[in-house]
Amino acid sequence: MSDFTRAEVCAVAVAEAFRGDGEMLASSFGTVPAIGARLAKLTFEPDLLMTDGIASAITNVPPVSGPNGEENIVESWLPFRTIFDLLWSGTRHVMMVASQIDRYANQNFACIGPHEKPKAQLLGMRGAPGNTISHRTSYWVPNHSSRVFVEKVDVVSGVGYDRAAELGERSSRFHCIHRVVSNLGVFDFETPDHRMRLRSLHPGVSLDEVVENTGFDLVIPDEVSESRAPSDEEVRIIREVLDPEGLAAREVS
Amino acid sequence: MDKRTTEKEAVAELESGMTIGIGGWGSRRKPMSVVREILRSDLRELTVVSYGGPDVGLLCATGRVKRLIYGFVSLDSIPLEPHFRKARQAGGFQASELDEGMLQWGLYAAAQRIPFLPTRAGLGSDVLKINPDLKLVKSPYEDGEELVAMPALELDAAFIHMSRADVRGNGQFLGPDPYFDDLYCMAAKRRFMSCEKIVDTADLSKSGSFHTLKIHRAMIDGVIEAPNGAHFTECPPDYDRDEAFQREYAATAKDPEAWEAFKARYLDLESEAAYQEAVRAR
Repeated sequence: MSDFTRAEVCAVAVAEAFRGDGEMLASSFGTVPAIGARLAKLTFEPDLLMTDGIASAITNVPPVSGPNGEENIVESWLPFRTIFDLLWSGTRHVMMVASQIDRYANQNFACIGPHEKPKAQLLGMRGAPGNTISHRTSYWVPNHSSRVFVEKVDVVSGVGYDRAAELGERSSRFHCIHRVVSNLGVFDFETPDHRMRLRSLHPGVSLDEVVENTGFDLVIPDEVSESRAPSDEEVRIIREVLDPEGLAAREVS
Repeated sequence: MDKRTTEKEAVAELESGMTIGIGGWGSRRKPMSVVREILRSDLRELTVVSYGGPDVGLLCATGRVKRLIYGFVSLDSIPLEPHFRKARQAGGFQASELDEGMLQWGLYAAAQRIPFLPTRAGLGSDVLKINPDLKLVKSPYEDGEELVAMPALELDAAFIHMSRADVRGNGQFLGPDPYFDDLYCMAAKRRFMSCEKIVDTADLSKSGSFHTLKIHRAMIDGVIEAPNGAHFTECPPDYDRDEAFQREYAATAKDPEAWEAFKARYLDLESEAAYQEAVRAR
């Protein structure tokens, strides 16, 4: 087996989250999600749309540290207004960060504590309410702990399955929380009542470690699988093309 | 028609308690020279509508905001705006936090002079809890779908910053994104556009294709020539964000003494010209 890091396992897990998306805008926030989405595009999902992070869709795949002197090949203009149109039309899969997430995928990155007077103001609602009710959404958690995986989030920015169910079938028909990738494992909601399930443990992570660091009861399958190890080619792409400066290691140690 | 005016004259039209919209996005192409003029005024109790950046941070830090209508406040390269955070954590104003798409819808409804626009965004999230005045609307058609009725965000005044303009109020963005600046103007009773440079109308098409002429003169009441007026936010292609200055500004949120020094050096000045001079003298 080849030599790989935890961050590289996470990047491959992110890439796997985008598998099957085809011609969709893949939006990602955070270093590892950016590497993973680009890895998917360079390997098994070549049709993914991606932006330069400003207002253009580009066909080339630059490293996450920024342009490497190579000029971007712009394929279309995507100012924020077009991004809003695109997300409402459903042609997007976003991977956002969760500061808190509960068992039904209610996500918070708005603030910690009561909204009237928060203990810590974070990003604000941003696009989470609209994203989660409009198109496929996944989450990235670089520091899996019971402070992030909580019984109850302080504020619901991204809509979870219990809340979506309350809206009824019609209003929630575009709601889909696909994966949660953390530094310890991969999680999904493929259970009868859409409670969070352990999908795989990253190599070297024990089930106890995940359970201890999760603030609610996960659905644990009888046989727990291991997250896919990066192939030699994937490791090469990550190290030589996507993250030559090793920025992912700052997010996941 | 010559609509040229100054930051001072434009801000003199405002009154405490008004609702103002500020164009741009985060720390990008913000009408900062106008924001600085507001800081020189005695305006208070403002309701501010913004895709927020340091405009919001400065107005919060100086106690001008009664209510903020926003989806986020960010300095982009510094994801969390520290002065805004500090004011929020002190519970200093009413925080009407929305999904960022809802904000566009509110401006667009006001622009069209209709009471609301329906959207799926907000359903199921705490946006509805935070903003108890928001109501749902049921589709009158067979589907009967329930949606959020995003109310029109009617503005007393709007301020935007463009790359180029003529004296009649035609405006041009030369950067990558028009943001929602046209909607702010269309949603407002009084509309002011600052710009890097005023040029002859015939020269507008020389600096960019006609697609960049997003602001037309029927949207604008006053034009303010403000070179470097978006400082320290970015205004490409004329200039990038002044990251060093932004870091200095951000750091003052943690240190009251540093904030007082920053204010004395850059904000408690008699004019925008004095600000630009202080920036050059760094």
